[in-house]
Amino acid sequence: MKFGVLRFPGSCDEVDALHAARRVGDAELLWHRERDLKGVDAIVVPGGFSYGDYLRAGAIARFSPVMESVIAFANGGGLVLGICNGFQVLCEARLLPGALLPNANLRFTFRQVQLEVVEHDTAFTRAHDGGRLSIPAKHSWGRYYADEPTLTAMQEHGQIVLRYAKGENFNGSLDDIAGVRNEQGNVFGLMPHPEHAVDELTGSTDGLCIFASMRMAVEGARV
Amino acid sequence: MSEVVTLPGVEDALALGLTRAEYELICEKQGGSPNQVELAMYSLLWSEHCAYKHSKKLLRTLPTEGPSVVMGPGENAGAVDVGNGLVCAFKVESHNHPSAVEPFQGAATGVGGILRDIFAIGARPIAVLDSLRFGEPSSPRSRYLLDRAVAGIGHYGNSIGVPTIGGEVYFEAPYEQNCLVNAMALGIAKREQLVTSAAVGIGNVVLLFGASTGRDGIGGASVLASAELGEDDDKRPTVQVGDPFEEKKLMECSLELLERGLLVSLQDLGAAGLTSSAAEMASKGEVGIDIDVASVPLREADMEPFEIMVSESQERMLCVVEPANVAAVLELCEKWEVGGAPIGTVTDTAQMRIFKAGRLVGCMPVRALVDDCPLYDLEPAKPEGMPYPAPKALLSKGVTPAETLLALLSSANIVSRRPLFEQYDAVVQSRTVRRPEQADAAVLQLPGGSALGVSIDCNGRRVAADPYSGTVAAVLECASNLACVGARPLGTTNNLNFGNPEKLHIAWQLTEAVRGLGDACRALEAPIVGGNVSLYNEGASAGPIYPTPVIGMVGELPDVHAAGRSGFARAGDAIALVGPFTPSLDASELAKLWGWELPDGLPAIDIDAVAGAQQAIREAVRAGALASAHDIAEGGLAVALAECCLGGGLGARVSFGEEFFGAEGAEATGREAGGSGISLDSAVALFGEGSGGFLVSGSEDALRALGASTPVQIVGSVGGDVLQIECFARAQGASPISLTLAELAEAHGALAELFA
Amino acid sequence: MKARVLIRPKAGILDPQGEAVQRALPALGFEGVANVHIGRLVELDVDDASQLEPMCEKLLANPLVEDYEIVLNQ
Repeated sequence: MKFGVLRFPGSCDEVDALHAARRVGDAELLWHRERDLKGVDAIVVPGGFSYGDYLRAGAIARFSPVMESVIAFANGGGLVLGICNGFQVLCEARLLPGALLPNANLRFTFRQVQLEVVEHDTAFTRAHDGGRLSIPAKHSWGRYYADEPTLTAMQEHGQIVLRYAKGENFNGSLDDIAGVRNEQGNVFGLMPHPEHAVDELTGSTDGLCIFASMRMAVEGARV
Repeated sequence: MSEVVTLPGVEDALALGLTRAEYELICEKQGGSPNQVELAMYSLLWSEHCAYKHSKKLLRTLPTEGPSVVMGPGENAGAVDVGNGLVCAFKVESHNHPSAVEPFQGAATGVGGILRDIFAIGARPIAVLDSLRFGEPSSPRSRYLLDRAVAGIGHYGNSIGVPTIGGEVYFEAPYEQNCLVNAMALGIAKREQLVTSAAVGIGNVVLLFGASTGRDGIGGASVLASAELGEDDDKRPTVQVGDPFEEKKLMECSLELLERGLLVSLQDLGAAGLTSSAAEMASKGEVGIDIDVASVPLREADMEPFEIMVSESQERMLCVVEPANVAAVLELCEKWEVGGAPIGTVTDTAQMRIFKAGRLVGCMPVRALVDDCPLYDLEPAKPEGMPYPAPKALLSKGVTPAETLLALLSSANIVSRRPLFEQYDAVVQSRTVRRPEQADAAVLQLPGGSALGVSIDCNGRRVAADPYSGTVAAVLECASNLACVGARPLGTTNNLNFGNPEKLHIAWQLTEAVRGLGDACRALEAPIVGGNVSLYNEGASAGPIYPTPVIGMVGELPDVHAAGRSGFARAGDAIALVGPFTPSLDASELAKLWGWELPDGLPAIDIDAVAGAQQAIREAVRAGALASAHDIAEGGLAVALAECCLGGGLGARVSFGEEFFGAEGAEATGREAGGSGISLDSAVALFGEGSGGFLVSGSEDALRALGASTPVQIVGSVGGDVLQIECFARAQGASPISLTLAELAEAHGALAELFA
Repeated sequence: MKARVLIRPKAGILDPQGEAVQRALPALGFEGVANVHIGRLVELDVDDASQLEPMCEKLLANPLVEDYEIVLNQ
C-alpha cells in the first residue's frame, strides 16, 4: 500500500502526514509541478498554507500540475484524503461539495477537539472501532458551508462523515460539520489533523484509524 | 536622474543619530567628508542597535564557553551539542520599537528575523517562543498591542510551519509606552551542517536571494532602536512588512543549498539590510566586498544607492558562492520560486565598495565600518529611591485568603494564557511532547529518543527591585522550569531590554543585571551562546521600562518518555514542598495588588542551594519517581497548588504547620497587613515569592527520598475536587482556604473576557 | 484596458469580519452604519474584456460563496 503526499510551496504538515502514513504503509512526497503520481494507491493533500493562502485558501493549488492528475485519479475512483488546507483545495477543485470560510471567531485557533463519527461504513472510517475521535484542529479558515440543496443532498447520501461533538465547534461550521466525502465515497476532506494524532507521545492516536481505513479499502479494493 | 553634488554635513549626521565626535571620527577614517551612501551606511553600522556601543564591553564579561558549546556568540545564532551528532541552534531577539508602532507587523517580522538567524547557520527551525510585555490590561492601547502582537506572531509562525511552543506575557505600567516583543527560536542540524557567515575566497561571488528589495523600513529598526520614541509616532511608513510564505520558500531553498554544499558562507539580512550583512561578512572574513546596486532585484523604481543599501525589505539572504556553483545556486532558487542575483564579489582590498552600474558611489574601509566603531563605558550609579511609581492598589487586605487566591489567579500576570497560546500552532513538525500548560517547560522530541526542554523567563519587577538578584532569579527560574521536565541546562540566550544607558541609574541596572546573569550562568554551567540588546526603551513623556533581561534556556533529557508534567496525576499521591524556599512578599504579585511600592533590594539568593534542589528534582523526574513537578513562581505556593490542581483536574488537601515559618513575616517586610482578612504571616506563607521552591507529587517514599539532597516537607495529598489549604500562622485565626475546581477554573479563565 | 473586480460574500452567509467592523465603528464615534461587508478587490489590465467573467468563475472568486462585480475603465 503506497500513499502519495502532495507538497506545494507553503505546505506545512506534509512531512507529518508522510510519517503518519508510513505507520500504515509506504509513502512518498509528490512535488506540485510533477504530473506523475508514481503509481500510488491513495493521495493525501496535506495541511499548511499552499501558495500563502493567496486569493483564497487552496484557490491556486487546485490548478497545479499534480492536482490535474489527482482530479483524474479521483474521477477514476482513486482514494483521496484532504486535511485542513487539503480539504480547502479539494473543495476549490470541486471534488468535494461546499466551501470553507473564515472562522466565526475570526482567529486562528489550535485546540484538541472531540469528533463524532457519523458514517462508519466509509473507506476512511471503517477501521474505527467506536467512540469519539480526539484530534487537534488548527486553522483560521475552517467554517464549513454549503447551500440548502447541497446540504440536503449530502445528508441523504450519507456524505457527512464527521461532526464536532457538542460544544467543540469553535469555527461555526454549518451543522457542526468537520469532515465530508463525495457521493462516490472515494474522496474525503476534514479540517482537523489526523496526522497529529498517531503517537501517544505527542497526543492521542485516534487519527491512525483514518489511514488504516484507507489501507483496508485499497487492499479490499472496496470504497 | 540628477546626481547628489553637495556632500552631507555634520547636521545630517546628527539627524541620522550620530554624535558630533562620531562624525569627526568617520571623516578621519574616510580621509574626508563621507558622501550620502557612506554616511548612511556608517550611521546604521555605528548605531546602538548594530554596534552595541554601550553594551559590548559589559557583554564581554559573560561566560560563553563550555563543553556543550559548538557555536558561541558572534554568529547569527549560538549552538549546543545535543548528542547523536546533532546540535541545537537557538537565540532570542527583540523587535520592541517597531512593535510599539505597528504591533502586528512588528511582532511578525520579529519572528521572521529570528527564524532567518537560525537557518542562516544551517539549522532547520523547529520551534518559537515569545516573551511579551505591555502596560496594564485596563489600558485600551495595551489590549490593542497584545491582541495585534499575538496575532502577528501566530500569523508568521503558523504560516511558515514552525510551532510556537511556549512563552510569557507580563502586564506592568512601566511598559505602557514601550512594549517589549522578544522572540526566541530553536533549530536542529547535524553538526557538520553548521555554516558560518565569514566571506572567504578572493574572487568568489556575493549573491543575494529571496524577496526583491523595496523601500521597507528605510531608516527603520536601527534608527528607532538607537533613540527613545518621541511624541510623534509617524514612523509607521518605516516599519517592515513580512511575508511568511516567502520566508518558507527561502528557508527550504537555503537549507537545500547548504545540504548540496553549494555555499561558502551565508548571512541573513535584518536590521540595516545589505549594509550590515555585507559589512559583517567582510569583517569576519577579513576581506573586502564590492557590490553593484544595479544588480539588486528591485520592487520599486528609481531607488538610490543608499536606499538599496539600507533597505530592510524582509525575507532576503546573502551568500558567498564559488563562481563555478553560481548556475546551480540560481537553478535551486528557481525551483523554490525565490529570486536570486549575483550582486558582488569578494576582494582583497579590505574595502566595502559600492557601485552603481560600474560607477563607484561609495568606498569605506571594512574595519572602520565594523570594528572601529567607538565603544562607550557606562557610568553606573545606584539611584536614590525608585524611579518607578507604586502600582494602584486593586485588592483590599480585608479579604479572606480564599478571595485573595482567586484575585491572584485572575490577575493579569497569573491568569491562564490559553486565549493567547490557542492562536499558535504548537504541534506542526510532530516534535512537541509537552504543549503549553502541560508542564513547566516545553518539550520537543529528537530523533534517537532524547528530547529538548525549553523555557523563556524574566520577572522585570523583581529586576527593578534588585537588578542583580532579580536577574539571578530569572536565570534560576528558567533552569527550575527545565528541571521540572527533567532537562539539564545546556546553554542560555538573553535579550537585555533596558532604558537609556546614558542615564546613570539605567547604566547601574544594566551593569548589575549583567553581573547577575554571569554569576548565575557560571554557577549553573549554562553558558551564554548568543543574545541581543535593546536599549533606549523609554519615551519623552514616559519613564523607563522595568529592566528586563529576558532569559531563554535549552536543556536536554536523555529519555523523552520521562518528560515531567506539572498537573497532579493521581488521587492518593502525596504532595511535597521541595527546595530552599524562603518566601517573601517583596516585589510579589500580592504586593502589587495591595499597591505596595517596590522595595529597594531583594533577599539574597543561595544559588548553590537552588541548583541542588533543581538537580534533585531533575533526577527524580528522569527516574520516573515523581507524578508531577511544578516550580513555585508568581503568586507563591497557593497559586502553584491551584495550578497543579487545575492542570490535573484533581483537588488537594494540604496543611502548613508552625515549622514552615522562618524569620520572614511581619518583621522582615516591616509592614502591617491591617484589616482582619489575612494575617501577614499567612500572606507570606501562602503567596510569598522567591527562588528554589517546587511542588511535587508522587509516592511518599519517592518524595522523602528527595530529602537526601534538598529540604523536603510532605504537606498533603491529591484527591477530590476541592483545593483545601490549612495554614497555621503564628498569628492564629487564619481561615483555611477551601475552593472547588470550578471556582479555581473560573478565576483562572478570566483572560478570555479580553478576547470576547 | 483597466478592469476592477469587486468580490464580496454572498448575501445570507455569515460575514464575521463585516460584523466585527460594524461593531467597532460606533465605538470610534461613527453612528448610523449598517450592512458592513468585507470583500476583495482585484485590479488588472486586460486585452480582452470578455475573459473577465470566466476568470472570475474559475479563479478570482468562489461562486459558491461569493458574488462578484466587474467594473471596466476604458
